[in-house]
This record gives sequence, structure tokens and C-alpha cells, in this order.
Amino acid sequence: MNTLAGAGALARLAARRDRIMLPAWIYVLTALVAGTAYSFRKLYPTAAGREQFAAAAARNPALLSLYGPLSGNSVGSLTAWRYGAFAALGAGLMSVFVVVRHTRADEETGRLELAGSAAVGRRAALAAGLLIAAGANVVLAAVISAALVALGLPAAGSVSLALAIAGCGLVFTCVAAVTAQLAQTARGARGAAIGALAAAYLLRALGDSAGPRGPGWLSWLSPVGWAELVRSFGQVRWWILALPLATSVVAIAAAGVLAARRDYGAGLLRQRPGPARAAGWLRGPLALAWRLQRGTLAGWVVGALVYGAVVGQAAQGIGGLLSSSEIRKILVRLGGHASFINAYLAAIMSFSGLIAAGYAVSVVLRLRSEETGERADPLLAAGARRLSWALGQLCIAAGGTALILAAVGLGAGLGYALRSGTGGTEVARLAGAGLVQLPAALVSAGVAMALFGLVPRASVAGGWTALGVFVMTALLGAALQLPHWILDMSPFTQVPKLPGGTVRAAPLAWLTVIAVALAAAGLAGLQRRDIG
Amino acid sequence: MADAIAVLGLRKSYGKAVALDGLNLSVATGEVHGFLGPNGSGKTTAIRILLGLLRAGGGTARLLGGDPWTEAAALHRRLAYVPGDVTLWPNLSGGEVIDLLGRLRGGMDASRRASLLELFDLDPTKKARAYSKGNRQKVALISALASDVELLLLDEPTAGLDPLMEAAFRACIEEERQRGRTVLLSSHILSEVEALCDRVTIIRLGRTVESGTLAGLRHLTRTSIAAELAGPPAGLDRLPGVHDLEVEGNRVRCQVDAGQIDALLRQLTAVGVRSLTSQPPTLEELFLSHYASGGPARGPAAGQDGVTE
Repeated sequence: MNTLAGAGALARLAARRDRIMLPAWIYVLTALVAGTAYSFRKLYPTAAGREQFAAAAARNPALLSLYGPLSGNSVGSLTAWRYGAFAALGAGLMSVFVVVRHTRADEETGRLELAGSAAVGRRAALAAGLLIAAGANVVLAAVISAALVALGLPAAGSVSLALAIAGCGLVFTCVAAVTAQLAQTARGARGAAIGALAAAYLLRALGDSAGPRGPGWLSWLSPVGWAELVRSFGQVRWWILALPLATSVVAIAAAGVLAARRDYGAGLLRQRPGPARAAGWLRGPLALAWRLQRGTLAGWVVGALVYGAVVGQAAQGIGGLLSSSEIRKILVRLGGHASFINAYLAAIMSFSGLIAAGYAVSVVLRLRSEETGERADPLLAAGARRLSWALGQLCIAAGGTALILAAVGLGAGLGYALRSGTGGTEVARLAGAGLVQLPAALVSAGVAMALFGLVPRASVAGGWTALGVFVMTALLGAALQLPHWILDMSPFTQVPKLPGGTVRAAPLAWLTVIAVALAAAGLAGLQRRDIG
Repeated sequence: MADAIAVLGLRKSYGKAVALDGLNLSVATGEVHGFLGPNGSGKTTAIRILLGLLRAGGGTARLLGGDPWTEAAALHRRLAYVPGDVTLWPNLSGGEVIDLLGRLRGGMDASRRASLLELFDLDPTKKARAYSKGNRQKVALISALASDVELLLLDEPTAGLDPLMEAAFRACIEEERQRGRTVLLSSHILSEVEALCDRVTIIRLGRTVESGTLAGLRHLTRTSIAAELAGPPAGLDRLPGVHDLEVEGNRVRCQVDAGQIDALLRQLTAVGVRSLTSQPPTLEELFLSHYASGGPARGPAAGQDGVTE
């Protein structure tokens, strides 16, 4: 049988299943880029102002590591610099989720077995997943180009930036296609592909902040780096767009070969056997939650440490910029005040708080997937109380988020201390700066818990939407000059900008009270409602 | 002794869809009770209410003398539940799941755990995601059977087991009965129900349609009669309780309600009987008659006739 038979039908099915999710991704990524272009145009209307800003930024490894290199001083260049790499990262994430969802995840749950017994070829599901993800990236490129051109940016720059972002998405579409063949589980496939994405981002960060004698070539190894090396809005290097294309072709070929050789349901990475008896401590819902999630949490904590160390060691270079009033202005907008090193580190910590909130929400919403997956039933029927079941998961959410934030701060402190030779006080100071984000992250988790207890059917969509609104408000609110009361709605605008800012206990206490109240409302709802 | 399960007029609806519409179920302490009904008739909903996972919409439900909703956690230490579709945590080994669930119920018998693992031929070191449906079911069964509990709630527990394992399961339930444990067994496998259950309750569309011993239920259905007579019979079609009558010359085939056999035989012997076979209703016919949405008892053959006409 033709190994691609039925791919068209599967692709149509996939498009139907993703009809909400994909437009949402494309909308958010486009809003990120176009919103930034809009705010730069408004903040720096004159070329002279932008020139000064760009000149200062180009000499600063800290900003370069966070946002990548600048290729000019037009509105477009600044936009590409500020969000090009982030949008490329987002396109990569979108692609990984889509591809794994339609290949390994369907295979693991057995849905593909049903479809595969019809006239469907061995590579059809893989082709359908690739088709949908690649299609999404093409649409993303078209929509971003159109939005930037509509804002009055040059067409060549707009199109090259959009293609560079979509190119990164395409590379990770194909990377995920390979990991979906290697790993036996959807979680494993997603984890490996996202790990590769994170490594690409960090390579770019190291390469871009290396300085003239450092390993600047590292950026050339990273698909996220390619998105910047195109130099949209500068001297556009169109040929760099061939790099993601070539990489994708190689990866697709590899995935195709692997898909045709392996058995249905099998991966190349084998499962190891587990213990025949449960460890003595595995005797309650909290212990089970820990047993199930300790591996994921360990991955997050290590990732947070590495990320913190990379961005922390770059902070030292920020000192040479005190002359520029424009950089002062932009840094204030990016989320801090007082000294610039502090402002840079505070921006890093705010960003880490948003990511950690994503972890917290995902852990809370795992309650819902345990419920709908009918894994909660045997537990609750065996004598676990609903309250302790939910509280066990909330403990992991709160404790895990605290660990991740402490790890980012610790990593940043260590990286900064090693580079600048300032010693141990920085380490403690930055660990505290990471942890101060915790109450805001917990409010996001509290919203998810309240929804889970009171309106379980809407909890997954609602929990992520609430976090999305908080994140967009925190990232773009100041730049878009939204009214104050809207900014105040996001818990992330309430936490002090540390290091450097002043700590007031009241907002932190309030956020904690709100988070606890939301969680309590969710627990009360859970006690009263049906399970399932 | 009080009934282990006492359900009266139980109701549950999801929006407009009615899952339970006045269900009655009583299971005496120490008996193995069959719980039967077509797919979607409300068996699983009833069991989930008894487990306190769902809140009853009306009526009363008592479990081991307690309220399944308010006293859920305390009651759950005294029972074990095996769902029909067992889903496990994919990265836990089977052995870990068995121990975890047993400990949550308040302890399990280690030697029984070992002998059950051997009996059901299960490898406890495999990760749950690598188990087949049958093996996942074995994990839940072993954990339930090795736990020190009074009541077993089993929702189609053998749906994924092979015949050998099915036999092992029957032996286990027989053992449980002798120990005096109460079992509620929801099943579609009629031979299993016939072999194991003291009493059965049949439900349809969320309502109890029949409850009693299997022997008692047999009386509610028809016996097949085939006879060769000395001469052509007359007046059989006017007899009450005679169905699907076929007369070919001196041969007669029909079905007769349990209470009317005597009257039919009198009519036949009046003509003179040369040969006679009578078949009691099979269990299949018994269930088909209750499962079918039509209501009055009809054999499967009658249904096929309806198609060819």
C-alpha cells in the first residue's frame, strides 16, 4: 500500500480538531510582533532617537543575550530585535505541540490504531501532522507580513522577518516529527523537542552575548539564531532562509525513514521496567503526585538553573550604557528602575515569573486531566479524600513553582557572581528576586483551581486564557500604554521589581490571600460536585 | 444482617438526559449479586453514585449501612472497586499501583498479593503504559482482591480477560463468597453470571426491570415446545400464553409462558402425543427478552422472522 494513503483525510481531521487552537496561536504570535512594532513607532518617532537607542543596545551583551543582535535602527529593526527571537520560539512551540498531538499522542492513546486499520498508509499520520504544522507556519508568515506592512513597515523586511519566524517553526515541526518516532510517549516526544528548542535558544543567547573574541559562531548553530541572522530591515540576507529549509528536509527524511521501519506503538527509546513493589512512602495522594511529577519538576528546575546562569553571566556587560537616556527609557518600560543591571535582572525575573506561572497552571490543570482520564476514580474509590487528592496536587504546584523560581534566581546569582566576582550576597539577593514572583504565579494557579472546582468543563480553556491575559498585560501593557486599572488587574504588575525595587509587603500579602481564597473556592466546589 | 447495598428509587440526570430513573437494588451481605443491563442502561452511573463520585439526584442509597456521599472516604476503606475500563498512571509500574491502591484502602495481604500475581500471571515490573487492556484489568483486580475489604464492586471486570484468566477470576470470586464477602458484579458474560451469582438485578433505561434468583427469573420466560401429534391439533391459537405457533400437519412448534404449560399440554395430550421435546428458556433468551426495548418476551428467532417477512 502507498505509505501516504489517507494522509489527506487525516490532515482534514487534524485541521478540524485544531480549528480553535491554531488560530489562537497565530493570533497571539502576530499580536506580539505587530504590537511591539506599533509601540516602538509611537515611542521613538524620530530616527535620531532610535539611533541613540540602537547604538547603546548594540554594545550591550546583556540585552543582546536577552533579545538578540540589532541590525539597524528602524522601527522594523527594533521590532525584530525585541520580539523576533521570542516569536521564533513561540512558532517552534506551536509546531512541536501540533506535530506530537497528531502523531505520537494519537498513537499512544490508540486513536491512530482505529484510523490506521482503514486504508491509511504507514507514514500518513506523520505526513498529516507535518502538513498541518507547516501550513500553520505558512499562514503565520502571511499574517505577520500583512500586519507589519499594514503598520507601514518596509515590505522586504516584513516578509523576511515573518519568514524567519515561520522558518524556526518549520525546523521544530520537523524536529518534533523525529522525536515522535524516537520516544514511545507523547510526553517524551514533546519533552525532547522542547528540550532541543530550549537548547537552540540558549545557544543563541550565548553566541549573541559572546562579544568580539567570544564564541559568536554559536548563534549560527541555532535555528532561533537564524531568525535574527537574516537581518530583516537591515541588509536582508535572504539566503539564510535556506538554512531552516535544508534542515527541515533532512529531518523530514529522517522521520520518514524511522516511521516506515518501526512497529506501531513502538519507539526507538525503550521503556525500562519499574519496581515490582511500591516504595514504602508511596501511600497517599500527595506521595502519588510527587511520584508522578518529580521527573518533570527536576527537568524544570535544571532548565531554570541553566537559563538563570546564562542570562546572569551576561548582566555584567550592562555597565557601559549609563550615558544613554533612551536606553534608560526603554529599560524602564521593560519593567524596572534604579540601576540598569538591576533593571535587566528584574526584567529577567518578571519573565521567569510568567513562565513559572505556566508550570503552576499546568500542574493544577492536571487534576482535570486525571479526572477526565478516569485515573481519579480508582484513587477516590480506594479511600483518598477529594480534599487530600486536590491538596496534594496544589502542594506540588506551589512547591514546584517556588523551586523553579528559586532556581532561576540562584542560577542568575551564580552566573553574575562568577562573571563579576561580587561573591555570595548576589546569589541570595537574586534567589529572593526570583521567589518574589511566587505570589503572582500562585494567583494564576488559584484561578485554574477555582475553575476546576466550580466549572470543571471550562477549567482547561479558562485557566490558560486567564494566564494568557495576565502574560499579555504584563509583557505588552506598558508598551501599549493601557489604562492603569487594566494593568492592575494582572497579578504580575503587582509584584516588586527585584532586584533594585522596593519591597512592600502589602501587595505580596494580598496576592497570597487572593491565591488562597481562589484555591479554597475551588476546593469547596470540588467537594460538592460530581466527578467525571 | 443488614443489606450491604440498599438503593431505592435512585435518580440521576445530566441536563435533559436521564441516566437513572427510579432504580432499586438490594444486595444482601455475603451474597454475589449480578448487575445486568444493556449498554447505557445506567449500571456504571449507579456504581459511581455508590462510590460517592456522583451525587444522587433523588431517592436513597445506603452502602454498608452508611451514606455513600457524606461518608465516602470512611466507606471506601471497607470496599474495593474495579472499573470496567481501567486507566492507570502510565509511568507507574503495575506493582506500584497495586500497592498504592491497597494502602489507600488501609492495607493488603502480602501473601495473597503474591499468589494472585502468580494466578493471574502478571508481571508487576512493567510500566502501566505497556500493559494491554486485560493486563490493566488484572492490576485493578489483584489490588482489589488482595485488599482486606468487606465489599467488592466489580464493573465488567473480565471484559478484557482471556478464557484462562476468566476461569481464574471465577475461582477467586467463589473463594470470596466462601469468606463471606459481598460482591456486586456487573457483567455481560452470561455464563459467568450463571456460574457465580446468587441473585441478579436487571436494569434497563435506568429502571429496575427484574430482580431475584436466576431460577425465579426463568419462570418469567417461555419454554419452547416441539411435538409430533396423532392428528392435526385444533384451537391452540386461542390458548392464552402461547406464542410463535407453527403448525405443519401433525407437527407443532411454539413457545409458551411458564404459567400456561399445563393448559397447553392438556390440549396436546387430548389429540395424542407421539413425541415431545421441551426446552427451558436459555439464559440468553431470558436476557434478550429483558434487554430488548420492545418489552414482552420474544425469542431471537421471532425477530429474524420479522426481517424476512
